[in-house]
Amino acid sequence: MGAVKARVLIRPKEGILDPQGKAVERALPALGFEGIEHVRVGRMVELEAEDPERLGELCEKLLANPLIEDYEIEQI
Amino acid sequence: MMWGVLQFPGSCDELDALQACQRSGAEARLVWHEERYLDGIDAIVVPGGFSYGDYLRAGAIARFSPAMEAVGEFAASGGPVLGICNGFQVLCEAGLLPGALLLNESMRFTCRQLDLEVDGTQSRDIGHFESRRATLSIPAKHGEGRYYAPDEVLDALEANGQVAYRYAPGQNPNGSARDIAGVRNEAGNVVGLMPHPEHAVDPLTGSTDGLRVFEDIAAIASAPANA
Repeated sequence: MGAVKARVLIRPKEGILDPQGKAVERALPALGFEGIEHVRVGRMVELEAEDPERLGELCEKLLANPLIEDYEIEQI
Repeated sequence: MMWGVLQFPGSCDELDALQACQRSGAEARLVWHEERYLDGIDAIVVPGGFSYGDYLRAGAIARFSPAMEAVGEFAASGGPVLGICNGFQVLCEAGLLPGALLLNESMRFTCRQLDLEVDGTQSRDIGHFESRRATLSIPAKHGEGRYYAPDEVLDALEANGQVAYRYAPGQNPNGSARDIAGVRNEAGNVVGLMPHPEHAVDPLTGSTDGLRVFEDIAAIASAPANA
């Protein structure tokens, strides 16, 4: 059985202040991009897993901090 | 009394911490992150810096090191543990302390001397925190020090006397919830804070108030909580 490619998206939980997103949002008008709101900056991890069943556990334990971050696992 | 000061790849304040332990009247030695045994050690410092390059999240990878596994067992058996800055982040990531440290509200790295209040209010388990209530002049230097926990957790921390240190009014440098600079666990033997007491142990740098922090943790070693 080959490894499965997956992508994990991690973002700050709703309601938690995201200063990176705010900084990006504030910079946009100066570059001529109007009307862009609620920017949130997260990160993406690409990986190959032999046992994709364990990806949830991997996210809970390492890739995300469930107290402050939400994650989504996408198999590709 | 012997302190053990953890050393990860990317630690940068471990030598100051070592010296602070020694200046507080104890012995101290470094504990490399691959060490699994803490024999003969009475108290632990998890020092500041950028363990494992702060990859992924500050403290996220350090928590899986052999030395941190040993610290987890040490803490569970009541051993005193002090986490400073990155060490505080590591202890939160390891689940030894509640909450998390987020990017400073200002987005800027902060580096300044500030007043830190030792919060002894309602300390249930460590009576000496109450008697040693004080305001300490200690530097803070970090980019990710905004203490966060859900409101119900913050309420519980305050009710249990688990807020160990607060920034003096108007001096919160990072947007931390309720001006919290440091917390302790429920048993009271694990304490973490963002400011750097190990950088305030010599008159040359303006303050020796940091020694108090080390003395307070050492007192836990010699007089266990609930004794």
